[in-house]
Amino acid sequence: MNSDINGDTANKYLTFILATEEYAIDILRVQEIKGWSKVTQIPNTPSYICGVINLRGTIVPIVDLRLRFNLDFQTYGSMTVVVVVNVISSNNKERIMGVVVDGVSDVYDVTETEIKPPPDFGSVISTEFVKGLTTVSDKMVIVLDIDKLLNSDELAIIDGLS
Amino acid sequence: MTHKILICDDSVSIRQMLVLTLSDTKYDVTESKDGMQALELAKQNVFDLIITDVNMPLLDGLSLVTKLRVLPNYRFKPILLLTTETDPQKKKQAKAAGATGWIIKPFDPDKLLVAIRKVLR
Amino acid sequence: MTIDLTQVRGLFFEESFENLDIMESSLLDLEIETFDEELINNIFRAAHSIKGGAGIFQLDDIVTFAHNAETLLDEIREKKHTISQTLIDLLLGVGDILRMMLLASKDEVTYDAEKVQICQNELQRILAKPVSEEIPDDIVQTEIEVPDETEKLVVKKWHIEFKPELEILKTGNDPINLFGELQELGELEVEVNVDEIPNFVDIDPQLCYLTWELILHTSATQSDIEEIFEWVIDECELDITEFNSDSSKNIKVNTENQERTEIVENTTPEIENLPDIPAPENITEKPIIKDVANKHIQSNTDSIRVGIDKIDNLINIVGELVITQSMLDQIGENFNSSDICQLQDGLAQLERNTRELQENIMRIRMLPISFSFNRFPRLVHDLSTQLGKKVELVLSGENTELDKTVLEKMSDPLVHLVRNSLDHGIELPEQRKQASKPEVGRLHLNAFHQGGSVVIQITDDGAGFDTEKIRNKAVQKGWITSEEVITEEQLHEFIFQPGFSTSEEVSDLSGRGVGMDVVRRNIRDLGGSIEVKSTVGEGSRFTIRLPLTLAILDGQLVRVGKEIFVLPLLSIIESLRVQNSLVNSFTGAVEIYKLRDDYIPILRLYKIFELEDTITKLEQGLLVIAEGDGQKIGLFVDELLSQQQIVIKNLENNYKKVQGVSGATILGTGNVALILDVTGLIQLFKNKTKSPTHLPLGAIRYE
Repeated sequence: MNSDINGDTANKYLTFILATEEYAIDILRVQEIKGWSKVTQIPNTPSYICGVINLRGTIVPIVDLRLRFNLDFQTYGSMTVVVVVNVISSNNKERIMGVVVDGVSDVYDVTETEIKPPPDFGSVISTEFVKGLTTVSDKMVIVLDIDKLLNSDELAIIDGLS
Repeated sequence: MTHKILICDDSVSIRQMLVLTLSDTKYDVTESKDGMQALELAKQNVFDLIITDVNMPLLDGLSLVTKLRVLPNYRFKPILLLTTETDPQKKKQAKAAGATGWIIKPFDPDKLLVAIRKVLR
Repeated sequence: MTIDLTQVRGLFFEESFENLDIMESSLLDLEIETFDEELINNIFRAAHSIKGGAGIFQLDDIVTFAHNAETLLDEIREKKHTISQTLIDLLLGVGDILRMMLLASKDEVTYDAEKVQICQNELQRILAKPVSEEIPDDIVQTEIEVPDETEKLVVKKWHIEFKPELEILKTGNDPINLFGELQELGELEVEVNVDEIPNFVDIDPQLCYLTWELILHTSATQSDIEEIFEWVIDECELDITEFNSDSSKNIKVNTENQERTEIVENTTPEIENLPDIPAPENITEKPIIKDVANKHIQSNTDSIRVGIDKIDNLINIVGELVITQSMLDQIGENFNSSDICQLQDGLAQLERNTRELQENIMRIRMLPISFSFNRFPRLVHDLSTQLGKKVELVLSGENTELDKTVLEKMSDPLVHLVRNSLDHGIELPEQRKQASKPEVGRLHLNAFHQGGSVVIQITDDGAGFDTEKIRNKAVQKGWITSEEVITEEQLHEFIFQPGFSTSEEVSDLSGRGVGMDVVRRNIRDLGGSIEVKSTVGEGSRFTIRLPLTLAILDGQLVRVGKEIFVLPLLSIIESLRVQNSLVNSFTGAVEIYKLRDDYIPILRLYKIFELEDTITKLEQGLLVIAEGDGQKIGLFVDELLSQQQIVIKNLENNYKKVQGVSGATILGTGNVALILDVTGLIQLFKNKTKSPTHLPLGAIRYE
């Protein structure tokens, strides 16, 4: 973390590309970045849940962000990138998940004040998962709230179901 | 010379308490969980002091003392009873059986060490 | 000296609960008007240990209460009371109160003091010799008297005459040690009197012929000095007198004569130490306070007690594993093809080691079912008294081991079943007499291993199920029509339906909102099953089948398209090639396979899982007949692969529960395979087919 002139602490964000847009997530939540490996499909789940993989003995679900955001499906291949992240759910349970993105782009320092609230349109995704917008070198970057994104709908943990 | 102490109590927590109290001392402590086990251990080794509970399964503390006193190695060895009883009658029984003295439970660590110092110099 | 009591505290509670269990089971074994010394001693020792331990942790209320109980038990030991049912019940109550108090202390919460008082009063009423209300002085650590500084500084001169008995050495007391102790109090002068030593030939070396006269300069009190002689007081003549004892005991320093002040100066080094004496006593308070702070961390860690032999076994196996590994290392270092045999041997050994290690590690989690069974004597005792029934409880197979988690989760269902048997099964003594059955009903809890599972049976010789009642209820609930003819077994199945209860009025015992459906669900969640057999007038038997462990499963790998799934071997009945002539369509929605006398619905896995590139023609694939929760289903797969033991990983950790899937495992290739849950699949199948009409019982019965 660096401090800028305003004394505002900057956090590091990892950005990735989905179609034409650039998204950012808090880098502290990123556990690793890996290539595509065969997934085992889980029956009766929404199409954006690709399935599960074996990550050194742990069963980790993989979510296709393109499909999650209703973008066109792109076939997986050697160029496909999976970002493995730590997600904290409402009941403070920590989960490990993988998200499929087009490619990893960069790491930026962004301060809290530089993140502006999103307008209610202009993005393919519901603003519910968006923490805000910021601009880095004249490019707009969408900062995602990974916890909200990966705890919504089908991914939500249903309490008491275990 | 390191003094060897045999402790005997059927309660794990009391044993643990004794071991913890004696752990930072120069004594070499052996545990046993009932009178029978203590007697066997006492026959196999020579302890400088035996500290035993009174109420125990298989062989109670008083019987243990009586049995130890007839062994050549333990004729003059100090044997302390751990007891919750302050009843003079019980103390008499303890002495009659041949116990050196007694430690009242619950003991605080210092009192235990003082009591041990009384018999091991 | 301070020691950390946190660890011992946990141990104390664990031990105390064990002692309470011992107390309870011994009490239940006691027979009225017979004096079983061993049982009574067991009970006494249990209460005694709890009192002793509670003293260490200054749980004074527990000490006081346990002391009263102990006094009563002591009187029982001395045969001052005869064993009566009232006495047994009172002592059982004492155990409950102690448990309540201990639990409250453990969790740092308050308990119902009124209950304690009631029980305490009851105890005191029954006691032959009255016990004072106060905390027994033998257990309470004497308050540290804050020494009066001025008095402490007064050094007095004491004259001590010590004439031990000849036999003193035989109790292990050595006068030299006593003098050493005295020396710690102050300056000591010792004079030995050898007058009593007999002629040399008459000397018995084991006797002590010496007497002593001692002069001690100390600021300690007479009782401090007497305390040193505490252990030998009955074996010696002891005379302690103070020089100048004409002066009163509470003399103040300033009024003292010159001689005393001089001594004060001479012995300053010792005096400086004196004010320190009470200090350690104060410090001992500290670990207890800290202990309270640490307690929550302690109580949250679920622990398991493991026998040393199990640990030793593991160490042995790991030792072998290390040897195998170094052997393989050696082969690998300079490998040439002639070593292939050695390599194969090494790998075989490695496999053996791994398997043994796995088996033994699993064994660590295994506990005998007696942990669960042990609570039933008490439960049955209390319930049968309450219901006015006479019941003999028979336990067998208590040493059958099963996984700790399974054991814990089975506890409530078992209690429910036992309650049910007592409440609805076993009849009142008069009814039994009328039915020419023995007055005393019999409830049998049995556990044993069968194949890869543990079987628990609860058998009673009561009235059996009232089939008419069940039938009426089922009709009333609309599960069947009043004309429908169904077998007795099918009728029995209804008791597992949610909302089922034949009891006209909700009784205190069974109608607590948990029904048999919950029991079944709990058991099913553990991967087990429950079934019941009942004969009117003769009794009922519930049979519960549970997996040995939740971590490992014998699995059959099956392939559907490109996917590999695991089916628990236990759920598979048989696998067969489909003969098209035996396949019938039922209402256009379900395919039914006629297997001998059974009609079995076919579930095409590729359809339900929406898989592509699979075999779709029934005669080209295989039908695996599996059973889930008493229902049979034919799972259509492409082919069967190998059978193997698989390690179960759960999906919920990072994802969530998926219907039809009980978990996942990692195959040798590193890929993940899902473990199928037959019961869940049947439900899923039902939801997917959404059959408009209701299906015949026996073919598929859905909840």
